This record gives sequence, C-alpha cells and structure tokens, in this order.
Amino acid sequence: MSASAVHSLWTMAADPIEKIDAPKIEYGQLAPTLIVIGAAILGILIEALVPRRSRYHAQVFLSVVALAAAFAAVVALAAGGHATTKAGIVAMGAIAVDGPALFLQGTILLAGLLGVFTFAERRLDPVAHGNRVDSFAAQAASVPGSEGEKAAVRAGFTTTEVFPLLLFAVGGMLIFPAANDLLTLFIALEVFSLPLYLLCALARRKRLVSQEAAVKYFLLGAFASAFTLFGIALLYGYAGSVSYATIAQVVDGTVQNVTPALAETMGNDALLLVGTAMLVMGLLFKVGAVPFHMWTPDVYQGAPTPVTGFMAAATKVAAFGALLRVLYVVLPGLRWDWRPVMWAVAIVTMLGGAIVAITQTDIKRLLAYSSIAHAGFILAGVIAASPDGISSVLFYLAAYSFVTIGAFAVVTLVRDAGGEATHLSKWAGLGRRSPLVAAVFAVFLLAFAGIPLTSGFAGKFAVFKAAAEGGAGAIVVIGVISSAIAAFFYIRVIVLMFFSEPRPEGPTVAVPSPLTMTAIAVGVAVTVVLGVAPQYFLDLASQAGVFVR
Amino acid sequence: MSFPLLTATAVLPALGAIATAAVPAAKRTAAKWLALLVSLGTLALAVTVLVRFDPDGARYQLTESHAWIADFGVRYELGVDGIAVALITLTALLIPFIILAGWHDADPHETGNKRWRPTQGFFALILAVEAMVIISFEATDVFLFYIFFEAMLIPMYFLIGGFGDRAHEHGEETAATQRSYAAVKFLLYNLAGGLIMLAAVIGLYVVAGNFSLTEIAEARANGSLEMATSTERWLFLGFFFAFAVKAPLWPLHTWLPNAMGEATAPVAVLITAVVDKVGTFAMLRFCLGLFPEASKWATPAILVLALISIIYGALLAVGQRDIKRLVAYASISHFGFIILGIFAMTSQGQSGATLYMVNHGISTAALMLVAGFLISRRGSRLIADYGGVQKVAPVLAGTFLIGGLATLSLPGLAPFVSEFLVLVGTFARYPAAGIIATFGIVLAALYVLVLYQRTMTGPVKPEVAKMPDLRVRELVVVAPLIALLLLLGVYPKPVTDIVNPAVKQTMSDVQKQDPQPEVEAAK
Repeated sequence: MSASAVHSLWTMAADPIEKIDAPKIEYGQLAPTLIVIGAAILGILIEALVPRRSRYHAQVFLSVVALAAAFAAVVALAAGGHATTKAGIVAMGAIAVDGPALFLQGTILLAGLLGVFTFAERRLDPVAHGNRVDSFAAQAASVPGSEGEKAAVRAGFTTTEVFPLLLFAVGGMLIFPAANDLLTLFIALEVFSLPLYLLCALARRKRLVSQEAAVKYFLLGAFASAFTLFGIALLYGYAGSVSYATIAQVVDGTVQNVTPALAETMGNDALLLVGTAMLVMGLLFKVGAVPFHMWTPDVYQGAPTPVTGFMAAATKVAAFGALLRVLYVVLPGLRWDWRPVMWAVAIVTMLGGAIVAITQTDIKRLLAYSSIAHAGFILAGVIAASPDGISSVLFYLAAYSFVTIGAFAVVTLVRDAGGEATHLSKWAGLGRRSPLVAAVFAVFLLAFAGIPLTSGFAGKFAVFKAAAEGGAGAIVVIGVISSAIAAFFYIRVIVLMFFSEPRPEGPTVAVPSPLTMTAIAVGVAVTVVLGVAPQYFLDLASQAGVFVR
Repeated sequence: MSFPLLTATAVLPALGAIATAAVPAAKRTAAKWLALLVSLGTLALAVTVLVRFDPDGARYQLTESHAWIADFGVRYELGVDGIAVALITLTALLIPFIILAGWHDADPHETGNKRWRPTQGFFALILAVEAMVIISFEATDVFLFYIFFEAMLIPMYFLIGGFGDRAHEHGEETAATQRSYAAVKFLLYNLAGGLIMLAAVIGLYVVAGNFSLTEIAEARANGSLEMATSTERWLFLGFFFAFAVKAPLWPLHTWLPNAMGEATAPVAVLITAVVDKVGTFAMLRFCLGLFPEASKWATPAILVLALISIIYGALLAVGQRDIKRLVAYASISHFGFIILGIFAMTSQGQSGATLYMVNHGISTAALMLVAGFLISRRGSRLIADYGGVQKVAPVLAGTFLIGGLATLSLPGLAPFVSEFLVLVGTFARYPAAGIIATFGIVLAALYVLVLYQRTMTGPVKPEVAKMPDLRVRELVVVAPLIALLLLLGVYPKPVTDIVNPAVKQTMSDVQKQDPQPEVEAAK
C-alpha cells in the first residue's frame, strides 16, 4: 500500500463512502507465512478441543507438517523465479517477496523445524510418575515449588502450548525480514517477540531463573519495541509514509510533494536521523549487538535450552534480515550517516562479545556471549553495503543457525541430578566418557571459532571479504583479532572436555530420542558440508542477494 | 584425465586416518599396523611423485586444477616444484618412523572403558597431520594452502594435549596440566598467526581477485596487476607473521619448547621436523613468490631476527636441564639458519635452506627419537638424572651421539652440507651476518657435546644401571635415519639436483642475481 493510499484511506473515512476495493492479496506468494500462522491457530484449537493425552502427538505432527509444507512453499516460490525475475511487492505493498526474503524464510523454517524436534524431546528427563516429560513446565500457571505444581507433575501435565507458540514466533519471523513498510515490520516484531517471551518462562527445571529471564527479556524487549515504534513515528513525520520505497525516495530527494498535514515536519533531517537511530536501535536489540546486548546472557541462560537454541538461531536470522532490508532499501541514501555508527557498533560488538566470553563459567552464557561476537561478525558484512555484503550475510546466517541449534541440542544432553549440567566445570573429561558427544560438540565449537573446513570459516571469510571489498579493512583486522580472542574460550571448552580428568560425580550424557539426534546430525552435516563445499550455497545466497524495491 | 597423483598422496593418509579411527577398541594392534601400512603406502606414492618429477621441466608439475569455490575465486589447484617434492618426500619418509617410534606411546592406561580408544586416536591424528601437511606442500592456490595450514593445528593440538610421556618427574597430574598448557599455547600462537594471515589473504583477494599463485605471478609480471608499495608490504607482513610463528622465528618461538617438551618424542618430531617445515616452505613459496618487492624491503629486519634466533636458541639450549627442551631450542637455532638462508637471496643460500629443511628433519628425528627411547626407559626428561649410559646401552648411546653430531653439523653428516651452503650464501651478500651465524655452530658443538657428556659418559648412575639397550623396533627406526644422514652427508646431489632449478625460479621471482665476486651493497 503506498503512502498516499494509506493517507487517503484515513481521509476517505470522513467522506461518504462510495466504494472500497477489496485489498488484493497474493495468497500464493504469501503461502509460507499463511501456512505457519494457520497451523498455529489450528494448534490453539487442538489445545482447546483435543484430549490432553493426544495433544502432544497432534501438536508435534501439526508443527512438523506445517513447517515442512511452508518450506516446500518457499522452495516452490524460489524455483518459480520469485527470488529473482518475478520478485515483487505483494499484499498492497506490505510485504516483499524477493531473494533475501525467501532465503531467510527458508532458513528460519528449517531452524524452526529443528527447533520443533528439540522441543518435542521427551527422553532426557527422567520419567516422572510414569509420564515422559519434556523440557517445559508441567503447568506454566502453577507457582514454582507449590502444591499445585506438584499436583500438575503428578498428573503428568505437559505444556503442549509451546508448539503453537513456536509456530506463531516462526510466523512473525517469516514476515519480519520480508516486511516492506514500517508498520508491518513493527507488527511482525511483536508477533514473534511475544511468544518468545512466554517460551522463555516455561522451563521445567530452575523455574524461577527461567521466569526471571522471561521478565527481563519482556521488559527490555518492550522498551526496545517502544523505541522502534517511536522511530517509526518520527520517520513517518519525516517522509509522510511508512512505505520503505517512499521513505527511500524522500531521503534521496526524488519525491518532493508534501502532504499538507505534515508540512511542518516533512523533510526535517532531525526527524530522519533521530527516527533512523531509534528504529535501528530496536533492530540491534533483537540481534543482540553491543551496547543493546544486556539481555542476551541472562535470557540464554534462563530459558529452556531448546528455546534458547531456536531463539538464538531464528531470531538472529529474522532480525538481521530486517536490518539488512531497512539499511539497504530504506536508507541507502543515508549510507554516509549510518555507516560510521554501524562501524562502531560492529567493532564494540565483536570485541565486547569475545572479551567478556572469556570469563564465563556457564556453557549457556558462554554461547550467549559467543552469539554476541558473531552478531559483530555479521555486522561487518552488513556494513559492506554491497550485493556481496547481502549474500555474505545470508550465507553466514544460514551457516550460523545450524551450528547454534546443534550446539544447544548437545547442551541438553549433558545432565546430572539437577537437570542440565551447564556449569563448565562439570564438562571436564566429557571426552573420556562420551567421545562421540564431545567430538560433535567440538565440531560445533570449531565452527564457532571459524576453523577452516567448517561452515564457520566459510561464513567468516565471506563477510570479511565483503567488508574488505567495501573498504572496511580496519573492521577485518579487528574481526580477526576478536576471532583470535574468541578462539581462546572455544578451545578452553575443548581442553576441558578432552584433556581434563573426568570428575567422579560428573554428569552423564543422556541418550536422546531420534528427534534430538536428527537435529544434531543435521547440524553437523550442514556444518561440514558448508565448510568443505560451500559453492552451491554461496551461489544460492548470491542469487538471492538482491532486494526488490 | 591422468591419475591425480598429488591428490592421492594426500587422500591416502586422510582415508587411513578415518579407517584407523574406526578400528574397534579391542583391536589396538591392528590399528597400529593399519596406520603403518598406510604411511608406507603414502611413502610409495611420494616416491612415485619424486620419480615422475622432472627437475628440468616446468616449474609446477603434476598439476591438477578443479573448480571449487568460485565465489571466493578459489580453485583446487595442486602442483609441485623441486622444493615441494623434497619436502613431501621428507614428510612421507618420516611418518612411518614416527609411527613406529610411538608404537606404545598411546596404549591406554585403563582398559575398562570400552569407548575410550586413545591408540586409534593417536595414530589417526598422526595420519591426519600427514595428509594436511602434504596437501599444503602441494597447494598452488593460496586459499587452499591457508585452509590446511590452519586446519592442521587441530589434530596437532590433540596430539600435544592428549598424549604425553608415560612417566613424568612431577607426577601425572602436573604432567596433564603442563601438557594442556603447552597444547593451548601452541594452538593460540598458531591460530593468532593464522588469523592475521587470514586478513592478509582477504586483502590479497581484494587486490588480485583470485588466489592462484601462477595467475597472480603472471599478472604481476605482465603488469596487469599493480600492487601499491604499502599494500604489498602489509600483505607480506600478514603472511610472514603466520609463517614466522609456525617456523618459529624469535620472538614468536616460545610455544615450541613447551610443545616439544610436553609432547611425546614422536609427536615432538612431528612438530619440528614436519609441521614447522610448512612455515619455512611457505616463506619461500608465498612470501617471496607473491611479494618479491616487500620481501626485499623486509630482508634486513628478518635477517636480524634470524640471527637472534640462531644465537638465542643456541644459548638457551646450552642452559637447558631438560633433554627435550634442549632439542627444541636447538631447533629454534636451526630454523634461524633456514630463514637466514632463504632471505640471504642467493641461490646457495636458498638451496642450502631447502636442503637444511630436509636434513634438519632427518637429524632431529634421529636425535629426538633416540632421546625419546632414553626418556621412556628412565622416566625422566632431566639431564641430571642420567650418567654413564654408554656403558650400559652402547648402541643407544652411539646412535644418540650420531644424532647429536648431525645436529652440530659435523662434516661428513648431511646437515654440514646445508649449513655450509647457507653460510656461503649469506656470506656472499651479507658478510657480517655470515660471521655472526658462525657462532651458532660453535654453540651447537657446546650444547650437543655437553649433553652427551652429562648423560652418556661418566660413572653409571644407579637408576640407569639396568637400562636395556635399543630393541629391534627401535633399531629399525634409528638405523635408516642414520644411514640417510651419512648418505646425504657425502652425496647430497640427489636432493640438490631436484631443488636447484626450483630455487633458480624463486630467485627470478624476486629478481635477484647471485652477487658476483665484488660484493654489492645490501639494497
């Protein structure tokens, strides 16, 4: 919907209405999102109508089928040329269907699928009162430690709502990088954020920590959303529109006509700069860039580990996708203003994440800081402001999300009497006890560290190459220095696993169901394939590297 | 399409590594034999490469070229020149001895744990390192080289950190701590070097648009690729830094004594005789080949560092109380000689340096492996714990002496030829540097002879009185190495014939001619 169309809708409301055209919706091109959202709504109905004992299977089945179908729809759209020649803007200008959108949607859907697998795992926790239990609270509403909670556990309740929540989150994430006006962007942001806040609070073990994490995430997230919304308002004041294309034209100066109602503010550069800053701030919060990263370690640590894995992978993909589109489609004319700021953010993010990670003693917090450092590396590709920059970021996100999900899935396996044993000291000697699990985790760590022959190296090379070609040599140098720092703490975990004596009371490695095994195996396979033969996927990313305007 | 011989030489040990790792826990001995067979098969392939290589033919031979990652301008390109052939042969030759020498180094302490298979891991890792070292000698694509240059750190790291001497003078717990410290130090130094190089590799891509050695050299020669002086210097420094860590050159050497001290003797040989050679080799092939002007610009500084390495390494070797660390510092001194020879920019110097790489590999292997046999008998690395061994175990002492004499470059043994060539080559252009380097030889005589005197001569210490002499397996390791030292000492021609044309090519890369009798100025 163009700016004038939005505006005229408002003014027409005051006049006698003659005829309202039904909005034109391209259902085919929106199919991936529609399938996922539809399945999420169906999932709620299942919660309401299906008996408790059948819900788990119904929900898992529905989620897997929906995500797989949505992924198939994305592939079909891409094969039909919607990523390249037939890329276009649909749903009255609200959503772009183009290469980056489809590539990121595909990645998010696969991450969501693996996420469902880890969500559905019921063999890790010991059987409670004859019921198999997953990682989620028996009854979210019961007070931790109360009689109600015990009763819920005894009754074998499980929170099967997590599956529709995940689907809603995925639905929002699918729209987020494809949003083509600022309002759609904001709605997508809320649609995927709210289910995530809830999911974070649902841990079965250490419920108070989990709830605290969720409250922190919610408060800070709401704060960031407010910033985003304020930024959107200011940008509307500046451009008289929320459409990406129109704002870009106003920034470029190609559109001069002033909306009468906004004559006071339109074209005011202060609004543009402050609005941009606030909007970008909200997006940087979601990607977890320094200095908007404070929530990351607490939330990653407190949330149920399957949620952490899903969130760490998929949120990052969606948020970087949105950031790319905003910077490349809306604000290319402002490049000389945002680049220096993003330079600074990238540098402090890379260094900050890597340095603080060194002192961590909890594996989940360590991975949280590592994800911050990785956000910095990805920002290095974003800054390039070139087609190579887009495709390198796309590739990096795809590579990173599989490593992340795999790594967190491994974390769920290492357990002691108190649930997951996330304190690093408990991982000592894991390589002696369970060489295979330790070796798999080592592969993920080496990929995080960017060692050649893993996907992490190919991704890092791609973003640094794009940055160097974009003239950001200094970023590359700082990037490799932070990589060296980061390598230190990844290596430390490997040392701990393989070269330390196992503790007598150390954790055991639970044998998971085929679900988690699939998630981990896919993670390893993608990590190795993208490391050894990345060409096909680089091609895919570079074909997908053009935003429709 | 002809048989991809170079690929096969690297793939065979890689497959062997996987197969060895997959051998079940109970079949330890089978894993050892499998690893040995694979390494002998690799040696056969390497010898085939040696035979098929025509020293007077094209610069890069047996070339293979396939598309790989077009987006990064990367091709899978292999090719060998004389220098690479010599080093591939050296690598393939040493690995069977390393495997044989480490035959019992990784036998598990406890047999209860069915899943813990250290023996299989140990030999698989050695073969993995061999595969990666060989392919980095073969790669003519900078990116391909870089990938394996970095990746080989991981198996090396596990070899250093995961396996140590059975008996340790400070107890098992201290040993494990020191070992993992050494492994981490090794990895961090080399990783940091490698990541700095990564920045330079990316820089090279931005400037040149591809990674092919031949294409870049061609483009530079015909003027289609111009590099600003400052760009070339920065890129050179990025590459050189990584190689100087690996080689290792003072002041980036400090990881080597830790790593060689804590690792088992065969792994220490693997580090210094095989893996570190990639560093000096890469200086010749990549620093000089890609950045000739910058190499000339940096020469004075590098020569000074090399001289410091020679003297400093030798001085510290004299002061060591620990046999393995002594050999490590001696190696630092020798790497100083190799780098001196490379950057003297004379054909004698570079031929000498290449020959030195080969000879140092063999002589250090001989000395270190015998030292390893000695240490495993007494359970201590401290020189002071030995005395009078030659009366108890004369063969062991004798072979130790020959290894030591080779290390101090006694005429008649192989290292003498190479050290002489390096000194002559250096003297021709930089007489002062040649004179200073000569002191390194004097110090070498000191540390080797003092080591021998303290451990092997004198009254027999009670702890060594019952020390058995070399066993058959150990003799099989040592005897061929000593024979090679003698052979190459009196007849180095087979190696120099292969190496010399390649050195001429490298010299023409940097557009340097050997100084004529009237010595030209340093610039």
